[in-house]
Amino acid sequence: MSTYLRAAMAIYWKDVTVEARTKETVFGVLVFALIVTFIFKFTFDPAPRVVALIGPGIAWVAYIFAGIVGMGRTFVLERDRGTLEALLLAPVPREAIYLGKLAGAFTLMIVVEAAMLPVFVVLHDLSFLSLPFAATAVLATVGLAAVGTLFSAIAVQTRARELLLPLLFLPVTLPVIIAAVSSTSLLLEGGGWREVGEWLRLMLAFDIAFLVLSSWAFESVLEE
Amino acid sequence: MATAETTRAPAKMGLVQPALLLVGAAFLLADLYLIFAYVPTERVMGIVQRLFYFHVPTVWVGFLAFFIVFVSSIAYLVKRTDVWDRRAYVAGEVGMLFLTVAMVTGAIWAKPVWGTWWVWDAKLTTTFVLWLIYIGYLMVRAYAPDRQRGARWAAIVGIVGFVDVPIVYYAAELWRSLHPELVTGPFAETGSLESSMRATLYFSTLTFMLLFVYLFRERTAQRANEQALDELRARLG
Repeated sequence: MSTYLRAAMAIYWKDVTVEARTKETVFGVLVFALIVTFIFKFTFDPAPRVVALIGPGIAWVAYIFAGIVGMGRTFVLERDRGTLEALLLAPVPREAIYLGKLAGAFTLMIVVEAAMLPVFVVLHDLSFLSLPFAATAVLATVGLAAVGTLFSAIAVQTRARELLLPLLFLPVTLPVIIAAVSSTSLLLEGGGWREVGEWLRLMLAFDIAFLVLSSWAFESVLEE
Repeated sequence: MATAETTRAPAKMGLVQPALLLVGAAFLLADLYLIFAYVPTERVMGIVQRLFYFHVPTVWVGFLAFFIVFVSSIAYLVKRTDVWDRRAYVAGEVGMLFLTVAMVTGAIWAKPVWGTWWVWDAKLTTTFVLWLIYIGYLMVRAYAPDRQRGARWAAIVGIVGFVDVPIVYYAAELWRSLHPELVTGPFAETGSLESSMRATLYFSTLTFMLLFVYLFRERTAQRANEQALDELRARLG
């Protein structure tokens, strides 16, 4: 168990270090999220009254689209540099590779989500900051990253990588998308832990189901 | 990967398949008679309610097909034999057909009765999401660099998609309680069925099951021949 976790941590740290030095993905994804919210401003022109109604949707569409772009890159670097084979040759269980990559995708998305919070305040006069919102974001992001890491490992090996990931990812994560938006809406309307409890439980169930399922299935994704 | 199956002769269907076709055709004719002549017209909804006998059986068979995808996908990942991959793939393909028919007949039925083609209730949302997932299921294979990998990845999508269904249903139901729609009208629930209607429904379901079994066997055999041909081609260079 401890070698398993050590391997996962090593892969995670490698990804974080590479990202911290190049900052390639995080900036790109952040700017992308920024552009998505900016486009919303002009496609819907939400009046202050309406913003509370559609704000959670704007935020989560931006987060999820940015997440797709970010997670699409999880395995791209490995493939482009030919290090995917090296990773597969490493004498560690495949679940450890999955866990390490998942942690990396989760960190990237959480950083982008946090960095976007002041942007929503400035551009849309929307403030999400609260403890139940943090719980919503963490639970949602775990679920999104669990499914996204599995599917991006598949998509990167296909001919249509950018196309395939959203096609597989979005329908499967629909429960998380519904739960995250609903929970955020309830919080914006003045709700608290009690109002969003059922949504948080739903996301927790989704996270557990897909963490278990994906780490089992991951082995079959990377086989030659 | 493919072991003893490489030199297999083309799949022989024997007499079962023609027999199924004959019986299926007879059932289909009888089913049409039941639906359009025997069963009484529903009092409130009128003639359009007869779509019910197409809609409900195709939904049931469609969902059954995706259960077969799920089971066959697990079997394939565990045993890695081509036959389970074929079963999963064909069930996905034929299930997709049935689910599409179910959604189209459902929309045509909904328009005069509910006043709208579509509502986002839990059942419809779940069906739609399942439909999307299985488009992905079929596409993964199309984009895969080789057959083995396509089969493995599709199996993963098949399993993940099926496990997702109850969670989608629950989320959509919970969501609906926050966003009540007013269009569902007086026919939201079908209520209890008159006995001749129930008999017709069951007969129709049996008919569509027969059709499914026929298509499933036909496509599985075709698929086996396709693969045998591919392997021969590969060996010839």
